[in-house]
Order: sequence, then C-alpha cells, then structure tokens
Amino acid sequence: MSVLYALLFYVATVIFVVGMVMKIRQYWNTPAPLKIPTTPAPTTATGVVFRMAREVLVFESLFKSNRWIWIFGYLFHVGLALVTIRHLRYFIEDVPTIIMVMQPLGVAGGFMMIIGLIGLWTRRIVVERIRYITNPSDHLILLLLVMIGFSGMMMKFISHTDIVMLKTFILGLFGFSIHDLPLDFPLLVHLLLVATLMIIFPFSKLLHAPGIFFSPTRNQIDNPREQRHTAPWTRNLDKL
Amino acid sequence: MADFQVPEYREYPGAPIPLQEGATAHLKPFLAKPNHQEQLGFPGELVENWEEKAIAKMGDLLNRYRSLRVYMDACVKCGSCTDKCHYFQGTADPKNMPVARQDLMRSVYRRYFTLAGKYFPKLVGARDMTREVLDEWYSYFHQCSQCRRCSVFCPYGIDTAEISMAAREIMDSIGYGQKYCNEILGKLQTIGNNLGLPGKALESTLGEFEEEIEEDTGLPVKIPIDKVGADILLITPSADFFAEPHIDGLMGYAKVFHEAGVNWTLSSYASEAANFSMFIGSYDNLKVVAERIRKAALDLGVKRIIVGECGHAWRVAYSFWNTTAGIGSGGDEPYAQALQKQLDHNYPIPQHICEFIWDLIQKGKLRFDKSQTDWRTVTFHDSCNVARGSRMGNYPGGQFDIPRNVIKAVCNNYYDMDPDTIKEKTYCCGGGGGLLTDDLMEIRVKGALPRMEALNEVVKDHGVTHLAAICAICKAQFAKILPYYKFPMDMIVSTHQLVSEALVMTGSTQEEELDEE
Repeated sequence: MSVLYALLFYVATVIFVVGMVMKIRQYWNTPAPLKIPTTPAPTTATGVVFRMAREVLVFESLFKSNRWIWIFGYLFHVGLALVTIRHLRYFIEDVPTIIMVMQPLGVAGGFMMIIGLIGLWTRRIVVERIRYITNPSDHLILLLLVMIGFSGMMMKFISHTDIVMLKTFILGLFGFSIHDLPLDFPLLVHLLLVATLMIIFPFSKLLHAPGIFFSPTRNQIDNPREQRHTAPWTRNLDKL
Repeated sequence: MADFQVPEYREYPGAPIPLQEGATAHLKPFLAKPNHQEQLGFPGELVENWEEKAIAKMGDLLNRYRSLRVYMDACVKCGSCTDKCHYFQGTADPKNMPVARQDLMRSVYRRYFTLAGKYFPKLVGARDMTREVLDEWYSYFHQCSQCRRCSVFCPYGIDTAEISMAAREIMDSIGYGQKYCNEILGKLQTIGNNLGLPGKALESTLGEFEEEIEEDTGLPVKIPIDKVGADILLITPSADFFAEPHIDGLMGYAKVFHEAGVNWTLSSYASEAANFSMFIGSYDNLKVVAERIRKAALDLGVKRIIVGECGHAWRVAYSFWNTTAGIGSGGDEPYAQALQKQLDHNYPIPQHICEFIWDLIQKGKLRFDKSQTDWRTVTFHDSCNVARGSRMGNYPGGQFDIPRNVIKAVCNNYYDMDPDTIKEKTYCCGGGGGLLTDDLMEIRVKGALPRMEALNEVVKDHGVTHLAAICAICKAQFAKILPYYKFPMDMIVSTHQLVSEALVMTGSTQEEELDEE
C-alpha cells in the first residue's frame, strides 16, 4: 500500500507540475494583440499590480457582483489557504515557529473551507440560473473538495492518524525512499483525493488559478495612446 | 406596434428572473449575401466541410488571442455574471446569461481542444460542432452587444465580447456572416462611410448645415472637407451627416471649432469613425478601415486627430488605432513613425471631442448662456464602449467625468440615473455590437429594458426630459425604441447639441442679444 501511494504521488506530482508548466507556457506564449483592459483601468504597471492583488486577495470584481457568492467563495479560498499553510509542517523537517503558532488557524480554515463549499454547492443546486450552467464535472469537483475537507477533519477530531509516521513517509518521498504509511482509512481516502485533485488540476476549470494572472482585461495597462501595443503577428501586417 | 411584447418595468429590478428557455431562440439577423461576404475576404456562402473549417479557425484564434485562450479555460461557473446582461434581463432566456453564451463556444472548445472533453464529453458539457450548434451560435452570438458589462463582474475578467467576436469571426470564415455588419463594412471600404455617401453628396449636405448655422448665429461657420494643410482632422460617425439628433451634434462641433479658431477639416475618403470590424472580430478588416484614417491624415498633413461622438468608434480609436494603424504616440517602428513624426504629440492622439471642448471650457475660452437649456432637465447615458473599453482625460474614469462636466457647463438641470446603471456599470442601449438593424428589433427593444427602467425613475423623481448620449448607435437606437416605452423619440439628444444650444459665439446674434440685456 505504501508503495502504491508513493507511486501515486510521484505520478500526481509529475502530472500536476508538467501540466501546469505547459498550460502556463501556453498562456505566456499566446499573444494579446489588442489593448482590452476593462476600464477604468490603471495607467501604470504599479497600478496593475495593485488591481491584480485586489482581484486575487479580496476578489474585488466578485465582491461588486454578488455578495453571497463572494462570502462563500472567499470563505472557501481563505480556508483552503490556511489549511495549506497548516499542512506545511508535514513537509518541513524543522517546522518554523510561525507555522506552529498558526496551527489552530488552520483548523478554523478547515471549517471555513467546508462551510464555503457547502454554501457554493447549495447555491449551485438552489439558484435556477446557476443550476442551468452547471455540468456534472462542477458537482464532482465540489464533491472532491468537500470529501478532502471531511476526511481531513476526521483525522483531527475523530480518529487520529500516526502523524510522525506520516511525516516520515512524506519526507522519505523527497529522497525517493519509501517508508511505511499509516494504514488508516481516513488518511488513505484523504491522500487519494488530494492526488486526484492534483491530477485533474491542469485539465479542469481549476485553471482559473493561473488564468487570472493572464487575463488581459485585468492585467493590461491603460495606455494605448501613449505607447504602441503590438504582437508579432500584428506587426507582420504593417505595410508601409 | 410590434409582433412581440414590450417588457414591463419590473417592481424589483434586482429580483431573480425565472428562466424561460428558448424565449429568443427564434431571433436571428439576416444572413449576409455572397457579395457582402466576398468583399471582406470571406467565402460567399457556407463552405463544404464547414465543421472542420470552423474548428480549424477556432484553433487559429486560440493561438492568436490570449483572451480567448484563457477565457475558454478559466470559467468556474460561479454564476456571478448570470444576471448582469441586459438581454437576459429583458428576455429571461437562459442562453442570454453571459456564461451560457460563452458556453455555446466553450462546449465546442472542450470537445476539440481539451483532454476532458475528448474523452468525457458528457461530464464537462462538451459538444460536437453540428448544424444545431451553428444555428445556436448564429442566433445567440447576435444577441450580444459586446458591451462588456459582464466582464466588470467576472472574478477573472472574462469578457463575453471577446468570445462573441471570435464566434462571429469563425462564422464569417466559413461563409455564414451577418448581413447588417458585413454589408455596411463593404460600403465603408468602397465609398468611405457606412452610409455609402459619396464625397459630392457629403459636400452639399455640409453646405446645408453651414447655411443653417449662419441663419441661426449670423456667422459664416464653415464645415471644411478635404482641406489639405488643416491642423485637425475630425473623424466622426457618418450618422452625424444625416440622422437626428446626430446632425445637431455635428453642428455643435463646427461651432466649437469656429469659436476656438482652429484650422480643421473632415475627409471624404475617411468620412466614417465607425468600424464594425470590431463587432465581427476581424483584425484584418479592423486594420483596413483604420488605415483609411491613417491615409487621410497623411494626405491632408494634419497634426491632430479628433473623434466625434461615437461609442465603439471611440473604443477602436482610443484602444486600437495605434496598434492597427500607428495612429497615436510612442510607436518606434518605421510604420508607426511614418505618421507619428507628422503629428503634434502635445495633444492626446486621438483626442475625443469631449476632451477637446472640456479643455477649452477649463481655459475659459467658451461663453455659454445656460438659460438657453433651462427648458431641459438632462441625464447622461454612458455608452458601453466608452465606459468600459476606453478612457478620456489623463486619469482612469475621466470618461465618466468629462462628458458630465461638459453637460453641466451648459445645462443647469442635470441628474444622474441609478448608480448601478451608469459609469462602469452602465447598461447598453440595446442596439450596440452590430445589432442596430430592423431584423433584430425584438431583441433591441427587450434589451433596452434596464436602461428604460433607470430612465423612468429619474423622469418620475426629477422630471428629466432629455437623455444625452455620445454615441451614434445609442442615439439611433434610443430614437427608435423610446416610443416602445412611451417616451417621445426626441428625448434623446447629442451632447454637442446641448453645447451648441448654450454656446454664445463671438459676434453672433446671440451675443448681441445677451449683451443688450
């Protein structure tokens, strides 16, 4: 079982990393031939950095749009971030104090994440407009994330797993040596689902994460009159 | 009056709208004729194996436009945009929800360009490119005015306009274009303007306007055309030459230019600011049309270019002219330099007519008699392409303030509409994006609902009598649809019509009368 999981994580990591690198490279290499920022837009690069930061850190556009989606979406994402930071202690030999101190926040993050997901899922089912645009995959991703949350919370509150043994297993993976994994059901489910999430990431709507940084309506500077904006293929069409 | 029901004002415009599937599935514009298609470089009619050709074209666009590439992937179906489109609000057809409109293309993208869609089409809602899909595209991508309101509210900035432009480009490339846009673009490229007004006809029309201004002011105000050596080239939508209330705006510009004492001209070769190439997503045509203005500027030797009241044209001018035709500043390439070394970069290039006049007002160079407009109570309709696709002035949001400042400088009675319906959240008039055609009257009337509701509110609360705009399409659309909502058609006015009314020109009869008092 330990070998199987070790292999699973190697495969998942390779797919995730290679998939994301390829996608990001594709976004990077695709030109944005025209200036299309949604205006009013910043007129300087610093301004764009701030706009993007507001978008990524506080979901500014979503906040303007729909308070319910914002609340649940924000709970989920902040919860996920806290949980992820909490999990760093399983990956770092000598855990920095800051990560130790914020451990309880990570637990709160787990609750936030699950509440957020259930809120979003409820809206997906109850609100007719959102139900209409939902595909089976949208439910499955929610299910996957909720299950990851639940299985994780189970280990915290119901049946603990051997954390020291797990950490030995994980740190072992970095050096390509396979140690025994605690064979607890919630842990095995949790790890399987996380690996699944990593595998589907580069092939699904989860690409919104890198995508936002490449969105021309949000990352372009509003200066088309002052600076001539071109792409290689548009320049090729210029004939004197 | 109509073979469809004009929507009623909603008691709570924010309340959820029960979906009516297929409510506007029957709406589609007339198909372009072979000659309309061919003059733009598109096949005359639906080509053989169009399914493959459409997919190949989609692949081509995905490689050329980062916007399309990212927007096809990034949507998480959060639902944020679902209630933001004026056409959805006016029709309740779920396919008019921005995300659902995008999904018409995204479903095909997933089928042919993603792993998940290739192997698990049902799971991710992927579809083959079929006749049914093409019909849906033709119908619903012509029920989008590319106003970008949805993109304001999308957490990733997904812009449905980009997707509907790409869809129309794909349809054009397989011989399935829209008559209205393509026929007009043909006229523009052969004659010089959307109306197909030849130079001679234009000259005599302008002569009539000169007479009218002289009668009114007693001053020999000129509207020069093709004047070599002029400093300023005015590029304005051709509707300003013949339609109401557009022509009143044109006479307003002429009076302001005269009063400012500048040396300006129109061009018969480039007698059109509009560039419908944007609506059909065709970069090639966008460039061809913009290059007419480049050529006119070079031939006439002008130093500045000013653009008249037109929404999408201002977006094209402000955002795209520098890229497509080198009309702007900061271009290093020989192509851009050929024009830019001739231009006077102390002024913004291109400059909006509202920027020009606001500058004069700030310098105290214009005299107004605001009592002339006291019989009006005015509100301002932000045109979508100006509001969300361009700027005026030197700070973000200048496009909202400058036209309002100009109106307030000439009118005492001004009120804004509901803040959720103006500025960056403005609603489209319902006729933008290549929809301003009689064969789409139903969607135009229904799509105007949110704007009409906001207008109705200020009419009731503040006694607003007139709606000012800075867009030829908005003006034409409102003149047509206001009566459907029981408003008089002349309620819509040009912003420079108001300027013209209040302007007291030096040596004019108005000045004499005013100074006698």
